[in-house]
Amino acid sequence: MLAKRIIPCLDVRDGRVVKGTRFINLRDAGDPVERADFYNREGADEIVFLDITASVEKRRAIVDVVEKTAEVVFIPLTVGGGIDSVDFMQELLNSGADKVSLNTAALKDSGLIQAGAERFGSQCIVVAIDARRTEQASAGGGPAWEVYSHGGRTPTGRDVIKWAAEAEKLGAGEILLTSMDADGTLDGYDTELLAAVTGAVSIPVIASGGAGTLEHLYEALTDGRAHAVLAASILHYGTYSIAEIKEYLSQKGLPVRPVKS
Amino acid sequence: MAPLVIIDSECANLSSIYKAARYVKLEPVISDDPKTISSARALIFPGVGSFAHAASLIRRKKLTESLLEAIGRGKPFLGICLGMQLLFSRSEESSSSSGVENAEGLKAIPGDVKKFPDGLPVPHVGWNKVEPAYEHPLFKGLDKNTNGGAYFYFTHSYYVQPQNSAYILGHTEYGFPFTSAVKKGNLFGVQFHPEKSGPAGLRLLSNFGKIIADEED
Repeated sequence: MLAKRIIPCLDVRDGRVVKGTRFINLRDAGDPVERADFYNREGADEIVFLDITASVEKRRAIVDVVEKTAEVVFIPLTVGGGIDSVDFMQELLNSGADKVSLNTAALKDSGLIQAGAERFGSQCIVVAIDARRTEQASAGGGPAWEVYSHGGRTPTGRDVIKWAAEAEKLGAGEILLTSMDADGTLDGYDTELLAAVTGAVSIPVIASGGAGTLEHLYEALTDGRAHAVLAASILHYGTYSIAEIKEYLSQKGLPVRPVKS
Repeated sequence: MAPLVIIDSECANLSSIYKAARYVKLEPVISDDPKTISSARALIFPGVGSFAHAASLIRRKKLTESLLEAIGRGKPFLGICLGMQLLFSRSEESSSSSGVENAEGLKAIPGDVKKFPDGLPVPHVGWNKVEPAYEHPLFKGLDKNTNGGAYFYFTHSYYVQPQNSAYILGHTEYGFPFTSAVKKGNLFGVQFHPEKSGPAGLRLLSNFGKIIADEED
């Protein structure tokens, strides 16, 4: 049976990790390679690097990070943030990334999803969607969500459910779905949003934004029908270890990959 | 004699396989040169992407003969993901760009590559358990007796179905039990990605290294 995945997300700027306080046992808590290896040893199922480097000139730093991480971490690595060309995807995949996560550039030119999927296969292409609830209800009367671009700063006027379905049709292999309403609140995932998107696509959906307790993770994977949960704060600030998360989910009857395997 | 050769199938995960093989000290080289492949003592055949594209790439690089020769001579050979599927007779996976339907494989193992039935989310992405069909050195330390069965990382939409069930080395449950590892003599194939399956995957690669070493004794 397919295991539910626990995926730590590391925000990287200019080649350095920018969040987290619990890493006193690491020589350098800002080193993305060391942090990725730490989570790998803890039993993470994948690692996501989100590059939030502002300047284009410093983008090369993430390639170097991936290259070095792939020498010691043998679980899937996904890189997102500022990926706007097939050539850059190629460079990241060649350096050891397994998947690339597209967001703003795919909203500007959805052909990028198709081009990436045709060149590298759908399994390499993740489409990240930043979603915010709208004031207006959907056509069916239920809640509706709008897609935001540019790291959540720019409303696009696009409907989240429609964009997710279009991304799947264009060749996306997974959807990384972040609720901007829930993100950072530690109040739980937007399970309504998750259920709406998982009901509209057949590709796996990774839940992101809002996890504060173990129960929240369980809800995203059951009520929200997510295939995987992305976790940042609860891991970086040491609220829970990956072993504790997996132990809890396993006791609740969800299939997880044991930490020692 | 050349060491372990990883066949350059121009796939995206080539460097990951190289790094993982080097990590477990298999001393790999990457090559698409028929001579190097012929003189290799063992081969890893990786692949991701579309079946038809990969099959035509193998033909264009004129590798069919040297691959079949290596298999015929009983060299340890490990096909990974699409690299395993290409060992089979044909695939249901059509290519929109080439217009080829039911593309033909290397036919080293008689059988078909089939799409997962409707209703199952595809691709099958993530960690899933592999149940070895019997005790075998490739899964040493990774079987039910030692660990309750090990999880490996999968990402694929098609699965193999050998005509002869004697070639099945392991299976995985996804709606139904599908064949996730095969063996025919020294020819092995795995549907999952050992290079991305953490300690279990590294163990399998290292087990493959032992099979190579034992072959030389």
